[in-house]
Amino acid sequence: MIGVISYLVFFATVASILSIAVLGLNLQWGNTGLFNGGVVAFFGAGAYGTLILGGTSQVGQLGGFALPYLLALLGGMVCAGVVAWIVGLLTIRLRHDYLAIATFGVAVAFETVMRNTDALGGAQGIRGFERPLRETLGNGFTYNLAFFAFVLILLIATYLFLERLIQSPFGRLLRAIREDETAAQSLGKSPSRVRLTSFVAGSVIMGLAGGLYATFYAFISPQDVLPILTFQIWAMLIVGGAGNNKGAVMGTFLIWAAWTASGWALSRFAPLEVQLYTGSIQFVLIGFVIVGMLLWRPQGLFPEKLVVSQSARSKNEQ
Amino acid sequence: MIQNLVDGVLVGSILSLGAIGLTMAMHMLRFANFSHAELLSIGAYAALVFDGLFDAIHPALAQAIPPLSLTWSLSLALLLSMALTGLSAVAIDKLVFKRVRAKGGELSMVFASFGVAMIIRNILGLIFGLNPKLYSQDIVFAIVVSRDPFLLIKPDQVFTLIAALLIMFILHLVLSRTTFGYSLRAVAENPTLAQVSGINLSRMIVLIWLIGGGLAAAAGVFYGLTNQISPVLGRDLVLPIFAATIVGGIGSIYGAVLGGFLVGLASNLALVILPSGYSPAVPFLIILAVLILRPHGLFGEERT
Repeated sequence: MIGVISYLVFFATVASILSIAVLGLNLQWGNTGLFNGGVVAFFGAGAYGTLILGGTSQVGQLGGFALPYLLALLGGMVCAGVVAWIVGLLTIRLRHDYLAIATFGVAVAFETVMRNTDALGGAQGIRGFERPLRETLGNGFTYNLAFFAFVLILLIATYLFLERLIQSPFGRLLRAIREDETAAQSLGKSPSRVRLTSFVAGSVIMGLAGGLYATFYAFISPQDVLPILTFQIWAMLIVGGAGNNKGAVMGTFLIWAAWTASGWALSRFAPLEVQLYTGSIQFVLIGFVIVGMLLWRPQGLFPEKLVVSQSARSKNEQ
Repeated sequence: MIQNLVDGVLVGSILSLGAIGLTMAMHMLRFANFSHAELLSIGAYAALVFDGLFDAIHPALAQAIPPLSLTWSLSLALLLSMALTGLSAVAIDKLVFKRVRAKGGELSMVFASFGVAMIIRNILGLIFGLNPKLYSQDIVFAIVVSRDPFLLIKPDQVFTLIAALLIMFILHLVLSRTTFGYSLRAVAENPTLAQVSGINLSRMIVLIWLIGGGLAAAAGVFYGLTNQISPVLGRDLVLPIFAATIVGGIGSIYGAVLGGFLVGLASNLALVILPSGYSPAVPFLIILAVLILRPHGLFGEERT
């Protein structure tokens, strides 16, 4: 029984961490209409940033600053934000496909640099990270439960922050730009600056998710920032429903459950020679999920609730 | 150094062939097609299958054309594969892109293309296995062109370059001398006005996929001939091909040709100063440089 519960805690922790990243993407894509093809670069920047800033010193590696944990996590988020700011500054004014290609490119470049630079861990990745409060909580179930609670608090905080944000005037501005950029511009708004803000903010949230992910495993390597992760995070958002934060979280748990279940089923029931291709089969399945959703239910399982105008809504509520 | 230059031109010709189709589809349908590079994989594997078939039909076809490792079978397989890949591109458009397009959202198309790329790449891996394959097991030795500076060239590479240039020249003639070429350019300039003048837009889209797919297949086969064929071929080439279209300016066919050569050259010259492990990141640096210096590429025009 304790085995099942501890697995559920493990599953829920990973799913909650991914939910945070999906919420960040929802701000960019769902609310602003920005295509981020390189989610892993920002997720990875947060992860590497956190471990480098908070880790203990390793031979031949950059880092070992051993900053207090929360400061390291914050530093990771700043790393993600800086990468996003540079990419955004160069591309956000141009046609939308430039952003898609440039973000895709930054993810490839990020993985390549991490894999080949020994000072940043190289192909082996970065270890030597002391998980916070490990001495008080031990290394077992209690620790995992406490960490899950920490992640859950951050997920709820991110969720509430974004809900407040999209209901604020800034959130209305984001949707206005998404729907009709020229109209927003004619009202004296600066679409490119607002889009850049949203892009950086979303990437910082992805950086937070990356930092938590790296903390959870106390390890990060180039294997953790492969393009497939971008794709999974996208699938979660599309299935859940772009533009709807609740949908984003639901989609994450659904897709992550389907992903782990299909991986388990293949390793349990498939013949040995097929197991070599488990990854390929899962990728094909997730590809079909995406294309199928876009064809038959592009709004997702939990569609965005569009508010035509504030006064119309208040009339309906009365 | 001189070796890097020559290799760069050879890789560049392959990238150019891939970039032409991509830039046409991107311009006409206004979306960044991340699955375009998978057409190169489809072409390479289709030629592998046809090559085997022709070898089985008549042993004489399995003879290599000296001094190349290219066989008569593979030459015929190349043509069939170009046709098949063109048809696949049309089929993919019919099955997926056309329907997503009808629902709106240019960005949904980008995302759909990610999904399509994932499906194609992994299905190819499931059918043909994850290990790299070669068209010919025979070893063809590279020819030492000069010893100082040291320069090695394989006959297959020379053939690839000539064939790629020939294909591009034929395309140039078609674009500049035929009614189809005029229609194509008209549609690219102004789709609405072109339709008013009696050009069938949906037929032009089919033709663009046919041409783009055919050129991609040629690029895939040439890549397989000079390197190896593997399911991750598309994944490795998608960024360089995008870089080529951005360097040339999205929508410009001649820009894509030049862009392909520039990206090929730059990637190979970068190896002089960078360790080879970093080379996948070079196209991204090129993209960044273009976006800073000349955001609309060499021949692109400003458009929103």
